[in-house]
Amino acid sequence: MTRKQKRGVLIGGGVATLCVALLLVLFALKDSIVFFHTPSDIVEKGVPPGQRIRLGGLVEHGSVVRGQGTTITFKVTDTLRDIPVTFTGVLPDLFKEGQGVVAEGMLDGEGRFKADSVLAKHDENYMPREVANALEAKGVKLGAGAHPGQVKAGMP
Amino acid sequence: MIVEFGHFALILALLVAVAQVVVPAIGAHLKDERMMRVADPAAVSQLFLIAIAFCALTHAYVTSDFSVLNVAENSHSTKPLIYKLAGVWGNHEGSMLLWVLILALFGAAVALFGNNLPLTLKARVLSVQASIAVAFLLFSLLTSNPFTRLDPAPPDGRGLNPILQDPALAFHPPFLYMGYVGFSIAFSFAIAALIEGRIDAAWARWVRPWTLAAWMFLTIGIAMGSWWAYYELGWGGWWFWDPVENASFMPWLAGTALLHSALVMEKREALKIWTVLLAILTFSLSLMGTFIVRSGVLTSVHSFAVDPARGVFILAILILFTGGGLALFALRSKDMQAGGLFQPISREGSLVLNNLLLVTGAATVLVGTLYPMALEGLTGEKISVGPPFFNMTFGPLMIPLLVALPIGPMLAWKRGDFAGAMQRLAFAFGAALVALVAVFAAEYRGPWLAPFGVALGVYVMAGAVVEWANRVKFGSAKSDEIIRRARNLPRSAYGTFFAHFGIGMLVVGIVATSAYREEHIQAMKPGDQITVNGYNVTFVGLEQARGPNYVEDIADFNVKRGGETVARLTPSKRLYDAPPQTTTESGILAAWRGDLYLVIGDAQPNGGYAVRAYFNPLVRFIWLGALIMFIGGGISLSDRRLRVGAPSRSRQPVAVPAE
Repeated sequence: MTRKQKRGVLIGGGVATLCVALLLVLFALKDSIVFFHTPSDIVEKGVPPGQRIRLGGLVEHGSVVRGQGTTITFKVTDTLRDIPVTFTGVLPDLFKEGQGVVAEGMLDGEGRFKADSVLAKHDENYMPREVANALEAKGVKLGAGAHPGQVKAGMP
Repeated sequence: MIVEFGHFALILALLVAVAQVVVPAIGAHLKDERMMRVADPAAVSQLFLIAIAFCALTHAYVTSDFSVLNVAENSHSTKPLIYKLAGVWGNHEGSMLLWVLILALFGAAVALFGNNLPLTLKARVLSVQASIAVAFLLFSLLTSNPFTRLDPAPPDGRGLNPILQDPALAFHPPFLYMGYVGFSIAFSFAIAALIEGRIDAAWARWVRPWTLAAWMFLTIGIAMGSWWAYYELGWGGWWFWDPVENASFMPWLAGTALLHSALVMEKREALKIWTVLLAILTFSLSLMGTFIVRSGVLTSVHSFAVDPARGVFILAILILFTGGGLALFALRSKDMQAGGLFQPISREGSLVLNNLLLVTGAATVLVGTLYPMALEGLTGEKISVGPPFFNMTFGPLMIPLLVALPIGPMLAWKRGDFAGAMQRLAFAFGAALVALVAVFAAEYRGPWLAPFGVALGVYVMAGAVVEWANRVKFGSAKSDEIIRRARNLPRSAYGTFFAHFGIGMLVVGIVATSAYREEHIQAMKPGDQITVNGYNVTFVGLEQARGPNYVEDIADFNVKRGGETVARLTPSKRLYDAPPQTTTESGILAAWRGDLYLVIGDAQPNGGYAVRAYFNPLVRFIWLGALIMFIGGGISLSDRRLRVGAPSRSRQPVAVPAE
């Protein structure tokens, strides 16, 4: 092979690999990304049932019902609207009433959210940041602990 | 007083670093030997000063001096000593101090052990290295000062986040930073070479040990983080494709590519320009990782506003060094001479493929990590890019890499014999086929792709063995000849063997545990039983205990196998005193064939507990594989020809004394 051909093979291989990677990325971005919504978003935007989404907000006080085996139901609220959530499994350590939560799953036909995972972020925040920001954007007042650097000792 | 002393030492270190940037650079330009020689003592004293600052902060943590803001925010008097120490870097300010400490450590190591380096190159390398130190010392002093006082001092601190109070995580950041920051040396060498406008095989010989050392620490640092996530977060997962994890994984991928391309450059003087570019990119990805983790840009671009100074500062550093490095590369790289020629089917060709796939893989991870931030910044739409994205993009790119991995070392430099390589790998193909059939037979219900994945891992492991067997003429020579050859094989060959074998193990572990994991979630009362992969698990009861700084609900499980008790597992839930937060401690029965993994959840109204039980097949292979890769790196590093600071036969430069 001449020098030119060798270089051609190199460049051709590189371009081919990049093209494959680009196709994979575009394909994956179409299918496997998950949008984040608050309860109000879901009502306003009319998220269709069966679409995988992340639901974020606060766990409504007094809404957590444990008991039916390992299934737990609770309500996620942004203080304007709330959505009932069912989840089967073990809740993360940071899950508490009145605190922020992100649940991933989909809506059923009757306005209930079936979560297959409930997220706890392992940073020093008591509230996942995306929840805090979404709530503040809706005009919800948050106490101390919603943002890093403000976490006070003596929080419940 | 000691705290102010530390603060003062940090400021002095900044001044020394500024001198180390300027004086040797001018000296190298004017060929003034005395000015160039300033670099060595400057690098060593910079390390000394930063070490004093670090010790001062450590002292404040150990003595629980809550008049220091950083200590008051992140420590607590009742914390065990080891976590007081780990608390030093368990927070933003302290971890940035550790960052500059390790940066200075590498700089000083080059100053002390790089005696064979040409004087001008060494001066320039240390000058570039010091410029990184200046940027980060400024960042530390201006936006994240760990020595800020608090008046009046609170009676006690807020405590370290309980899930960070763990031995593996205590030492995870130092190792990770040794890796991250270690790539700064490769960057400094690359920039110095571009300034010199000259680059040769000797350059690669100098860069390789440093890159290898950084790569080793990054490997073990990532593995420790993954291991911690596995047993501490209570989800039984070992990798989450979280942006924080990706931040360390991208430099690892680029660094692995750099190791291999530097090899080509050292042996064949080919891929010179590419290697320099890769050195710049690898450290840029390390800086990007620092930016992602340290700026607060992570889950939301809006939270950038929480502390804009920090985010903007690191972004400026990132732009300065990446942009500057790439600009210099664009200006100077065309002056460099292209290197040796090779056929596509050759050792070089296979290493080019390795580089291509690793770098493309790193690029897909980069897209998946930055896309949500970019989208939110542009449209306000919030999305999350989770494991499915990375499995669909990164996964397929790694398959050809793993297929080619055992073939590459079988090919000769310059022009390889593909058919011959295939023949010699017959044993590896056979081993893979046996694994394929065995896995299909054992787990016929699982996903159909999984047995192929396990077979691929076995093929890589067997390929590493075949390469070693070939080099010692196993099977064709007499036994004493084999022993002689095995003994004479250079250590770097053993390093390659271990590293490649470790990758194979890692792949087997990842595929097996992802495809065949067993999961049960059940509400259990004392006396209840569940069966998990042949283990009979009985919930005996639950009791409360008091730890050094927490109260603990400890569940007691009796684990039987074949009628005999094999273990008692005690997963627990801890409530820490400060900050008052609960953590889940898992109960794990580790074995070669897999882990039995138990966690307890919420109390049930009827007196029972929600229990999660997993069986994670071959999950130990993941960390064991990483450990073997780390050991391989160490063996390779101890090779006489590669030893740090003792590169052989360097072409002595023309050092003109200017007196």
